[in-house]
Amino acid sequence: MQLKKWMAAAAAGALLSTGAMADKLKVGFVYVGPVSDGGWTYEHDVGRKAVEAEYGDKVETTYVESVSEGPDAERVITQLAQQNDMVFTTSFGYMNPTVKVAKRFPNVKFEHATGFKRADNVAVYSSRFYEGRHVIGLIAGEMTKSNTIGYIASFPIPEVIRGINAAYLAAKSVNPDVKMKIVWVNTWFDPGKEADAAKALIDQGADILMQHTDSGAPMQIAEQQGIYAFGQASNMANFGPNAQLTGIIDDWAPYYVQQVGKAMDGSWSSTDTWGGFDTGMVALAPFGDAVSAELKAKAIAARDNIANGNLHPFTGPINKQDGSVWLKAGETADDGTLLGMDFYVEGIEGSVPK
Amino acid sequence: MDYGFLIPAFQSIIIASTPLVFAAMGELISERAGVLNLGVEGMMIMGAVVGFAVVIAGGGGVLGFAAAAVAGALMAGLFGLLTLVLYANAVATGLALTLFGLGLSALLGSQFVGLSADAFPKLHIPVLSDIPVLGPVLFQHDPMIYVSLLTAVGLAWFFRSSRAGLIVRAVGDDHDAAHAIGYNVVAIRFAAACAGGALAGIGGAYLSIVQTPLFVENMTAGRGWIALALVVFASWKVGRVLLGAYLFGGITIIQLHVQGFGISIPSQILSMLPYIATVVVLTVISAKGIQARSGAPRALGQTFKVTH
Repeated sequence: MQLKKWMAAAAAGALLSTGAMADKLKVGFVYVGPVSDGGWTYEHDVGRKAVEAEYGDKVETTYVESVSEGPDAERVITQLAQQNDMVFTTSFGYMNPTVKVAKRFPNVKFEHATGFKRADNVAVYSSRFYEGRHVIGLIAGEMTKSNTIGYIASFPIPEVIRGINAAYLAAKSVNPDVKMKIVWVNTWFDPGKEADAAKALIDQGADILMQHTDSGAPMQIAEQQGIYAFGQASNMANFGPNAQLTGIIDDWAPYYVQQVGKAMDGSWSSTDTWGGFDTGMVALAPFGDAVSAELKAKAIAARDNIANGNLHPFTGPINKQDGSVWLKAGETADDGTLLGMDFYVEGIEGSVPK
Repeated sequence: MDYGFLIPAFQSIIIASTPLVFAAMGELISERAGVLNLGVEGMMIMGAVVGFAVVIAGGGGVLGFAAAAVAGALMAGLFGLLTLVLYANAVATGLALTLFGLGLSALLGSQFVGLSADAFPKLHIPVLSDIPVLGPVLFQHDPMIYVSLLTAVGLAWFFRSSRAGLIVRAVGDDHDAAHAIGYNVVAIRFAAACAGGALAGIGGAYLSIVQTPLFVENMTAGRGWIALALVVFASWKVGRVLLGAYLFGGITIIQLHVQGFGISIPSQILSMLPYIATVVVLTVISAKGIQARSGAPRALGQTFKVTH
C-alpha cells in the first residue's frame, strides 16, 4: 500500500508541474479503502467522477486510496493540501488530522465526511444513514421467521451505534418479539472475517443479516445459506441476487457537485450538512423479489414520510438500554444526541464495546 | 440452550483456518531449506486474484487453484532469483514482494469489482457424510480442506523420513556442509521457495474461491503475516503449525459466537484473543529448554555464495 501511495503522490506531483493552469479548481480526495471495494470508498469515487463529469476541464481531481486512519492520514492530507484548492477527507478517523492540517493551509477548503469538528475552512458532511436503517429494520421485522436479526458491526462509533438502534426500533415496532444479535468485527474491510461473522450469526439462528462493514462477503454467505440480507453503501445484488432485500446506498454525487460548484463561484463557506432521503444522499437499492408488494409499499411510504419530515426514526417513547427515559412520548431526538450516540436503546442485548 | 450451532461453528473454524494452513505449510518448506521469505502476504494475494480470475473466466475451481499455485510459485521464483542468485537482502526483498503483490493484485483485480463467483462445491462422501455429528464435522467439507490436511501429513513424513526431505533440512541447517558433499544448495533452495510460494498462492485462492468467492483488493488482510508468525512460534514443526492454525481460526470463530450470545467482553479484547492465545500456547509447547532454539534451521536467512 505504501508503494501505491508513493505512486499516487508522484502522479499528483507530476500533475502539479504540468497542469498549473490557474483557472482550474484542483480537488483532492482521501479514501480509507480501495476504490474497488464496491462499497463505501467506491461510492465516494462515484461522487468524484460525477464532479469531473459535471465540470469537465474546469476541475482536476486526484485521489489517494487505502489510507489508514493513523499517522499516514496526516501526511497524505498535507500532501494533497499542498497540491489542491479543495480536499475531501472521506472517513470518520480523518477528523483530527484534517482539522490539524487545515490550520496550516487556511486557503485550502476542507470537507470532512461523518465527523463533527469544524473550522473556518473545514466543512463537515454526512448522510442520515439511520433513515435507511429504519426502512430496512421495518422490512427485517416483518420478514424474519426466527425473530432474530444478525448485525455485523465494525467499530463502536456513534454512526454505527445509531444504525443499530434505528434498525432495532423499526423492527420492533412491527414485530415485538424481534431480537438483534450483534457481532463487532473491529474492521471495516476483511471479507474473510465478515463472512465468518455472518456464518456465526446464522448458526445462532439469525435469518436476516444487516451489515455495517464494506464488503459483499456477508451477502454471499446469505445467498449460499438461503437467507436474506441488506446491501451496505452500494447495490450488492451481484453478491446475492436472491438474498438482497434492498440496500442503503450512499449517494455522494449531489453533494460533491454542489460543494465544488460553490468553491468555483466563491460562495463556499464552512457548513454542516447532514442529508438524508430528502437530499438524495441516502437512497434505497432496488427491492428483491422476496419482498412482497405490500411490504414494498410500506417501505416506500416510510421512506417518503422520512423525506418529507412526517416521520422521525427516533420518536419517543424510547428508553435507553438501562431502562432510563431517553425520549418522552412524541419527542424526537435532536441531532446533537444522535451525533454523539454511545448507548443502546432498551431491548438490545449485550453492551456497547468501550 | 440449543447446541445445534456447534456443528456449523466447527465447520466455520476449519474453513477459516485453511488459508493459514496452506500458507504456513508453504513458508515451513521454504524456511526449512533456509529461505526466509517475508513475502507470504504478497504471494497469497496474487494467488487470490489469479485463482479468482480463472474461476470467473469459466476455468473452474481446480484450474483456479492450479493457476494460483503457479502465480504464487512465480512470485517466489522472483524472490529466489533476487536473493539466491543476485544476493539481495532477504528481509528487504521479502517485504518488497509483499508490497509488490498487493499492488499488482489490486491492479489486476480492479476489473473484478462487484463480481461474485459460484460457491465451490462441497464433497459428499457416501455413508461417511451421513453419520450424525461426525459426518457434518469431518466429512462434509470442500475437497481443498482434505488437500490441506494431506499436505500437512505428507510434509511431516517428507521432513522426517524421506531422503529428499533430509537433504532439504541439511541445506537449511548448514549450506556449506551440504555444498561440500555435492548438493546444489541454490537449486534446492530455489525449488523449496517455489513450492512454498505455490502453497501460499493456494492459500490465498482458498479465500477468493471457497471462503468468499469474490476478489477485493487487500482481501488477505494480514493472513500472510499470521502464517509467518505461526511457523516461528511452532518452531518449524508441521504438527504444531497445524495446531496453531486451527487454534487461531478456532478462537476467531468462537469470539464471534461469544458476541452473538451477547456475553459482555469488550470486542476489542476478543479480537486480540486469537493472536495472544496462539502465541502463548505455541510458545509454551515449544519452550522446552534448548529445544526451543534448536527448532530453527541454523542457516535460516543466511546468504550462500559458492566460494570455490
